[in-house]
Amino acid sequence: MAKKPVLTAAEAAKMIPEGATILCGGFLACGQARAIVKELVKLGTKNLTLVANDMARETGPMGEKYFGIAELIHNHQVKRIIATHVGMTPEVGQQSAEGTLEVNLIPQGSLAECVRAGGAGLGGVLTPVGVDTLIEQSPLCLGKQTIDGKEYLLMKPIRGDFALLGTYKCDEYGNCWYKGTMRNFNTVMATAADTVIAECEYIVPVGEIEPENIHTYGMCVDYIVEGERK
Amino acid sequence: MEKSEIKAFIAKRCAKELKDGDVVNLGIGLPTMIPAYLPEGVELIIHAELGIVSAGATPKEGDANYDPYHVIDAGGGVASVAYGGGFIDSATNFGLIRGGHVDACFLGALEVDAQGNLANWIIPGKRMPGMGGAMDLCVGARNCIVCMEHTAKGNPKIFEKCRLPLTASHCVNKIITEMCVLEVTDKGLLMTEINPEFTVDDVKAATAAPITVAENLKSMLD
Repeated sequence: MAKKPVLTAAEAAKMIPEGATILCGGFLACGQARAIVKELVKLGTKNLTLVANDMARETGPMGEKYFGIAELIHNHQVKRIIATHVGMTPEVGQQSAEGTLEVNLIPQGSLAECVRAGGAGLGGVLTPVGVDTLIEQSPLCLGKQTIDGKEYLLMKPIRGDFALLGTYKCDEYGNCWYKGTMRNFNTVMATAADTVIAECEYIVPVGEIEPENIHTYGMCVDYIVEGERK
Repeated sequence: MEKSEIKAFIAKRCAKELKDGDVVNLGIGLPTMIPAYLPEGVELIIHAELGIVSAGATPKEGDANYDPYHVIDAGGGVASVAYGGGFIDSATNFGLIRGGHVDACFLGALEVDAQGNLANWIIPGKRMPGMGGAMDLCVGARNCIVCMEHTAKGNPKIFEKCRLPLTASHCVNKIITEMCVLEVTDKGLLMTEINPEFTVDDVKAATAAPITVAENLKSMLD
């Protein structure tokens, strides 16, 4: 099996054109491809659509200024986000109020499931979550259905042009292992984009990750980037 | 009661709702104080939406499991996995929530009403933090318990009908405040317990919804 190409973070960031839709793994930037994001900030690539649980954090665990994709927001590189919670990045609210950023908030479980559907060949998701709420008016909601007397919302599948994964170990075939809470949205996002880039802390030889412990399969990964070790 | 006492009082009463082995999700703030008041012999499986099933104690800097870049909670703080617990991805994790595998969720409210509707994720035009996992938890957890101060700056938070956009409809089973315990029934709010520092009239005056008083009204201190 062919080994996957290893890129620098800068090379990976250059692949992403203006206007791209990016699925960003990570929860408050834990499990996020932060090195590639930093390079995207340097390039200033504009009009991005970001799909992520949240817009990361204005301050990192050790006081880092702009941690993860929060810096893309700060740098006004984003035109639309699909997220579940943006309370830790007040600039999202400001830019939304100014009309420069479109914000689509959907429930966390629905985001996970819509991305899963996007990567699993499904036409949508029926979930009871969001019934009788503003989610019924979301552009991601296609309507309501009653099944066995219970109401469900039909939510659209979500796909990206790119997925940026934040992994811990990645072997030369692209198989990934996530440490701790890094896994979050990464495993579904790995299946739902045209080009998938796995940023890891360590590139390891094939076989080091036990077959039973592969969280993202190399078949889903197109490129590998070695990022910062924490 | 002082503000800090109020929170501890509510958390202590919430702890009585739980039995050994319950799978519980705790919202940010007051709910995270609940485990400190569990009766002896009651151990919970703490479900964390970021991806821990059975979260452990919060590690301190210098602890072997202190890992702020790889193991965190939904508030961004350093977290840990309990002995025997595990990590999980978001899609599987929320399947557990919606699928009814979480026994109880405890969370705060901006508003809650007599039909068990809850509003806690947005104040249009003012604050838009987002719902995070709250909508899923309210719909999916077997028991949805609102724990909060009874009023906000003297204004009621419990209404006949919520005015803010809902987090979920008909989801709240019980409301626990420093004044009383209210059960949400088909006929509206039923007060089953009261803090003896207050009278029934005090509670009614602080609540913008009709309250029925249970025949065997108990003290919250019992």
